[in-house]
Amino acid sequence: MDNDRIDQIIDKHQGEASSLIQVLLEIQSEKHWLPKEALERVSEKLQVPLTRIRHIATFYKAFSLVPKGRHEIHICVGTACHVRGATRVLDTVQDLTGIKPGETDLDLKFSLETVNCLGCCALGPVMEIGGKTHGKMAPAETADVLKNYQ
Amino acid sequence: MSRINSPAELEEFRKGILSKRDPNKPCITLCSGSACHATGSGEVAASIEEEIKKQGLSAEVDIRKTGCHGFCERGPIIVIHPEEICYLQIEPEDVPEIVSQTIKEKKVIERLLYTDPGTNEKIIHESEIPFYKNQERLVFGSNGNIDPKSIDDYLTIGGYSALAKVLSGMTSEQVLEEVKKSNLRGRGGGGFPAGRKWEESRNAPDEIKYVIVNADEGDPGAYMDRSLLEGNPHSILEGLTIGAYAIGSHEGYIYVRQEYPLAVENVNIAIKKAEEYGFLGRNILGSGFDFTVKVHQGAGAFVCGESSALMTALEGRAGEPRPKYIHTAIKGLWDRPSVLNNVETWANVPLIINKGADWFAQFGTEGSKGTKIFSLVGKITNTGLVEVPMGMTLKDIIYKIGGGIPGGKRFKAVQTGGPSGGCIPEELLDLEVGFDELTKAGSMMGSGGMIIMDEDTCMVDVARYFVDFLTDESCGKCVPCREGLRQMHKILTNITKGKGKDGDIELLEELAETAIEASLCALGKSAPNPFLSTLRYFRDEYEAHIKEKRCPALSCKELIAYHIDPEKCQACMICLRKCPAEAVIGGKKKIHVVDQEKCTKCGTCFEVCPPRFSAVQKISGEPVPAPIPEEERTIVRKSKEK
Repeated sequence: MDNDRIDQIIDKHQGEASSLIQVLLEIQSEKHWLPKEALERVSEKLQVPLTRIRHIATFYKAFSLVPKGRHEIHICVGTACHVRGATRVLDTVQDLTGIKPGETDLDLKFSLETVNCLGCCALGPVMEIGGKTHGKMAPAETADVLKNYQ
Repeated sequence: MSRINSPAELEEFRKGILSKRDPNKPCITLCSGSACHATGSGEVAASIEEEIKKQGLSAEVDIRKTGCHGFCERGPIIVIHPEEICYLQIEPEDVPEIVSQTIKEKKVIERLLYTDPGTNEKIIHESEIPFYKNQERLVFGSNGNIDPKSIDDYLTIGGYSALAKVLSGMTSEQVLEEVKKSNLRGRGGGGFPAGRKWEESRNAPDEIKYVIVNADEGDPGAYMDRSLLEGNPHSILEGLTIGAYAIGSHEGYIYVRQEYPLAVENVNIAIKKAEEYGFLGRNILGSGFDFTVKVHQGAGAFVCGESSALMTALEGRAGEPRPKYIHTAIKGLWDRPSVLNNVETWANVPLIINKGADWFAQFGTEGSKGTKIFSLVGKITNTGLVEVPMGMTLKDIIYKIGGGIPGGKRFKAVQTGGPSGGCIPEELLDLEVGFDELTKAGSMMGSGGMIIMDEDTCMVDVARYFVDFLTDESCGKCVPCREGLRQMHKILTNITKGKGKDGDIELLEELAETAIEASLCALGKSAPNPFLSTLRYFRDEYEAHIKEKRCPALSCKELIAYHIDPEKCQACMICLRKCPAEAVIGGKKKIHVVDQEKCTKCGTCFEVCPPRFSAVQKISGEPVPAPIPEEERTIVRKSKEK
């Protein structure tokens, strides 16, 4: 992501320091992570110390300071999915991909995250991959679903 | 579109829209909320549009993509007006038939209707389905009738008439008095009277004041705020503007989770349209009152649902709560008086203004007025969003509306109030829902999540689950919350793993008490609730885990084993093929045995074993029977002997 694009995003938010979170969210949604160079540029433009930017980037869950895999797996562990067996789905996905929540595999193929409620409780347990919802998951079916992603 | 400059002009304009709409013209409404989207309503919408065009009906039929109808279990949902024919679980393949049969020929397609599970009767109209029939949908009801992206749709149902009424004929004191009289209490969790909060801000000396919508709906299992914001964003804007007028604020914020992209999109469209029409901006409806609204997206932090943390986040900082010796209503966002209310609270305001505080107060109980939207989820037949008058019993909500527990299982508990709430057992099912009633039972109203648990849910694990959630979401400011919850989590995890010991319960109680006493914000103060309420009602489960190393719900992985009953196994090979760990030993006509060393306890064998055999069992608290000797495993079928 080049500096011009970052400047554009900052200008869109009138360059106010209070819009820091909104700026970071936009960078995150375009890049899927926050590279160090981008944070330095934001710090310089918004006149916010880098330490505070890192405070925010580590405090909020939406931000990642490391690159993400091509396919982001979100396993819903909201209460409704939990009582319907989300933990068993999560365990199976961990076994199959070899990564734990918060991790990305070495080929940058999958990133695994747990999320607290996607609001599709009728479909629980829910697994979302790259924005596509897979509902009523059973541990035995997860392998079939994951096979479709390269 | 030119701005509407007075309440009279608004009424003219409204008449104009209504006169162009023929109430008898067929209209297909399709639920397009996030939940139905996940079940494929996007594809259904595309195929409806295509089919209407193909059959040459574009001019004769309206299609309306609405917000959430609430009956998520049976989505995607279609309702065909004016007959109000309701079809459930629609797939794109059903669409040609719907258009040719129902739209053209006016014939009802039986197989797509709701079937009453009790009487097997087919129900045609949406409002007669038991799920809907027993509700009182004051706030949520419009969702299914309007396109959230169309401000004209909102105007056809009387939208912005409350704002016009306020701006043309009521002083700000009168508005405040009306809201106070209605006794509207905050729908986000605490249940603080909205009118009192408003009054406090109104009386604060500062010139600049803010009004804020809290749409940081973080409770897992609760999604009513999202559905309102997605489905009827103008009702929230209207309520917010009325609130701003009452307290003398000219700037408002909507703090919405970034996880809700459709809500963000729809509310942004709504703001833009409202500005165009003159319901937001300068000199609203010619009254001289100015008010603008900005949307701020959250970045994923549960604690930001707390008022002072939310305001810190709005300022662009890490959302940590601060002490509230001085209320945020006096010193909130940028140290100015700020009124923060939840989405549903704001959506109630136009209703109260239009119909009056007395009308509003006829619903509900002594202490809790109006209705409340609950998300009824978990082990329940009819998952969905339900709006009921305060004071309805839990039993009626779960059985009359929710249709009871699926699969013939036994009800165990209902969890309300999200991670700060508690579990209510079967013996208290006659409890009437209300702020004070739920608190008395050791739980709370919260934002309205209602998670149903059956006999398969382990209550110790539920407590562990919520404490885990809160450990993760604690902002880290107060030690009793940050460290105390971590220790509670460790102990609870040990108990669920069979490593519990005598004295654990007492230690947990002590940690809980400290967190309640010494945490700054409601997150820490209420964090021990799930533990305390499960201990209060399900102490025997804790003791079984600790003393007998047994999980009565047969749910805790470390305390159970899967075993195939050799008497019942028919060697059908299903579990053997499906087992992801290859832990089932056996073969054709050879009784299957679980290799306990290899078994990962994923439960697949238990789920796939055909119910007519039910050979796979879960065992807890006792040793697994030794596998039968190799030579006795061959099944000799009688029919083949002859």
